[in-house]
Amino acid sequence: MINRALIALASLLITAGCSRTAQKPVALKATATGAALVELSGGKQIGYTGMPLDQPVVVQVNGANGSAVTGAAVYFSGPAGVLFTPAAALTDSSGQVTTNISLGSQAGRYRLTASTRDASGKSIQLEIDEVALGYQQTVGAQLNATYCIRCHDPESTPQRVSNMDNLAVKPHPFTEGDTLNKMSDAELTAIITHGGSALARSNLMPAWGYTLSKSEIAALISYIRAVADPPYQAGGLVYARK
Amino acid sequence: MKNTFLQFWRFFFGDSGRAFGSASLVLLVLLAIAPAKNYFNQWHRYQKQYLHLIRGRADAVTLERHFEPGIQQIWLPDQQVTDRCTTCHLGLKEPSLVDVSNVAFRKHPVIPHSLTDFGCTTCHRGQGAATTVEEAHNATEQWEQPILPAKYIEAGCGQCHLEKLTGTPFLNEGREIIARYGCTHCHAIKRPDGTSIQPDDDPPSLLHIADKTSRDWVFAWIKDPQSYASTATMPNYHLSDDDARDISAFIVAQSTPMQPPLALLKPDASPDIAAGTSLYGQSFCASCHAMQNAAGMMVGGNVGPELTGIGTKAKPEWLQDWVSNPDHYDPNTMMPRYRFDAKQIGLLVGFLESKTEPDFVANVHLDPATLQQIEHGQRLVMENGCASCHEINGIKKPENFAPELSRIGSKPLNQLAFAADVKHTLHDYIGAKVGNPRAFGPSLKMPQFKLTPTQIDEVTTALLAQTDRAFTQPPTMRIASVQQTKYKPAGSAGKIMHEVRCFSCHTINGYGGDMAPDLTYEGTAVQREWLVQFLKNPETLRPALIRRMPKFNFTDAEINTLTDYMLTVYQTSDFDRDSIPTSDLTLAMADQGKQLFYSKFGCQGCHIADFATDKGYIGPALAGTGKRFNAAWVYHWLKDPQALRPGTIEPKQHMTDEEARNLTAFLMSLKSTGAKGAAK
Repeated sequence: MINRALIALASLLITAGCSRTAQKPVALKATATGAALVELSGGKQIGYTGMPLDQPVVVQVNGANGSAVTGAAVYFSGPAGVLFTPAAALTDSSGQVTTNISLGSQAGRYRLTASTRDASGKSIQLEIDEVALGYQQTVGAQLNATYCIRCHDPESTPQRVSNMDNLAVKPHPFTEGDTLNKMSDAELTAIITHGGSALARSNLMPAWGYTLSKSEIAALISYIRAVADPPYQAGGLVYARK
Repeated sequence: MKNTFLQFWRFFFGDSGRAFGSASLVLLVLLAIAPAKNYFNQWHRYQKQYLHLIRGRADAVTLERHFEPGIQQIWLPDQQVTDRCTTCHLGLKEPSLVDVSNVAFRKHPVIPHSLTDFGCTTCHRGQGAATTVEEAHNATEQWEQPILPAKYIEAGCGQCHLEKLTGTPFLNEGREIIARYGCTHCHAIKRPDGTSIQPDDDPPSLLHIADKTSRDWVFAWIKDPQSYASTATMPNYHLSDDDARDISAFIVAQSTPMQPPLALLKPDASPDIAAGTSLYGQSFCASCHAMQNAAGMMVGGNVGPELTGIGTKAKPEWLQDWVSNPDHYDPNTMMPRYRFDAKQIGLLVGFLESKTEPDFVANVHLDPATLQQIEHGQRLVMENGCASCHEINGIKKPENFAPELSRIGSKPLNQLAFAADVKHTLHDYIGAKVGNPRAFGPSLKMPQFKLTPTQIDEVTTALLAQTDRAFTQPPTMRIASVQQTKYKPAGSAGKIMHEVRCFSCHTINGYGGDMAPDLTYEGTAVQREWLVQFLKNPETLRPALIRRMPKFNFTDAEINTLTDYMLTVYQTSDFDRDSIPTSDLTLAMADQGKQLFYSKFGCQGCHIADFATDKGYIGPALAGTGKRFNAAWVYHWLKDPQALRPGTIEPKQHMTDEEARNLTAFLMSLKSTGAKGAAK
């Protein structure tokens, strides 16, 4: 009797605990099933903690023959704090589902999952990565927009023409994780602070150590780490064992 | 019944031994209540969980040493902070706990403030003194201060930071939207430093509106401003056809003719649109005005109104008058008075008149207005507070037309009337009011602004920063907003500078716009001959910019006046502009400077010294430095650019005096004429 009451209490507590973070699953009546789930747009966006992403995520369900499937149920899920509007939907006439996403309060990378079921009931999953910038990375993003982006971003906009093509040695775009992830924070700090000439690298990189403060350079590096693709994995602190 | 009681009594208190035993037992239980309550407390559970978590980690010893059991408190009496949050949030200061998935124990993200100096609730809100999760984070009946969602967290910063802070783009944008959409024409928003948010949308005066446009256009505009210009900031009042008819009748009826009246239009039988288009381009009208191009893309700035349908809106006589002298219609406009000749005015008017949106007024058919309609229109204009923004004959600007929002971020919920479907939180209330005000009742006066969901969040963030705490905390915590000075240049040069509206784009002595460089020290920087040529025919200094200095068609006398004034008045007191004569700069120095330019400092990455070889596209081209600048300015600029122009992105290089001198020698030896190079 007491055992049963305890189990009931525990399950009540667990469900109460869960309902705080997870969105209630929506039951959908799918009229069709697909064989593949593909991302059309909206992945790898750089947003801010707690804020909606600029672009919605659009996924498409395809059948075995590669054509779009209408009426298949697609469910979205993600870490605590991520909000999807809607969290589940049936594919429209072009086989697509569009959802608006608001990221959680933790800065960093979010792995979101879209899923649907195939004819045999097996789950097909698609992973979509997004980045949320916290305070420090936001400072870095703003400094990047003021000082760095003109040379380090190959894209031009009407307001901002890229200078990258004019440079004899091409700078690394900050998203270029393959190269930048191999460099330690200390190396990046040194290059930003002292410039290329002092470190036998391209002299086109000026020294910023007399213009930017130490905390600003740290913020820039946190931004570079946040947007790296493939993602940057910090070595973390290593302590001596007991 | 009595028997049972007696039995019970005897069992426990039958003899002295039993009585003593029972009393002791009761006392023991009573004494145990307090420690038991403590033991079963929620925060105690969190501390046990935390210990469990850290004991499994590599750095357990360090973490355990930092752990202090019991209720923790940050107490800052002068900031009204009594925060016990750290009782459960135990890992906030532990760098190694950055990867913990449980938000309660995770390290706080990097911010420039120390937790012990500022507390938690200062930024996050919530009930600092509470010791249960529910009471600390959510609003209760006694305490109405729920935790601020992460989305609006920059509102916390905005309580002290009244300036534009680098790390708070949403708060900054929210404040800018409030100014740009003129919210403060109706709602006063005072700030803790004694200033208030000033509108910068400059709504046009309607005193002579009938000279400018037709009643049909006024009707269609007030029905739906965005259908005329998608960038319009005027909100939609959701007026019925009858109300719009009556308001347009009154607006046109109250209008008086301009003094002196508009000149007759010099008709141009076949306007040369192509020549007008190129004059529009050469005059850099697009620096301020946007226009939709053939592909439907909006091209141009947002300082002035969008001109896509200007031909439908403005009468040709008015355009002719406006282009030749904007002051005549609106003395407070930001639009410069270009010195156009009659032919140029004709070309521009022809071009602008060709930019029509006939569909906008196609379905407007208004009968002549009756006296009754005009009177009804006047009443509507007064009820809707049109005069809060616009100057209107016979109607005074209403005082306090809408509630003051200085402390809206601390408004108690029981003072708010919520619309259906709006969650009972302050941020949801503000968001709904900004985004869809008429949902609160069709009779409410607040109009519908055209804002995206992100813009609504930004405005909400800026409003949530207007809290009681912001006003009551120690003034030393405040970082004041940067206010424009009241600087005004004097004399005949001042008059010319006012006419061409230098201050719409340039800042001098803390007053003016931010579109173009600060000219406070321009007199120290440049050579007279260069400035004369530049004013005559502005060359492109920065190849990558779309917004450029227009050609104002000055007379030689005007240029002389302006140049004399600028060279005399706009000087720095830090050094003399003639302190480094070019004769001191030798060829050998220039050679060394060239080495420094191309190798050590890599200046060619951003600047062009030689149009044949360099491609740098960020800073100004330097090929004509020797003709443009004074050597002393170049030298001091190289030593410390930010000292001469705060905020410039040119990095300070910490050069030695010799390096700076050699580089100056090299740059001063560059005397190519810029215009030829810029054309490349």
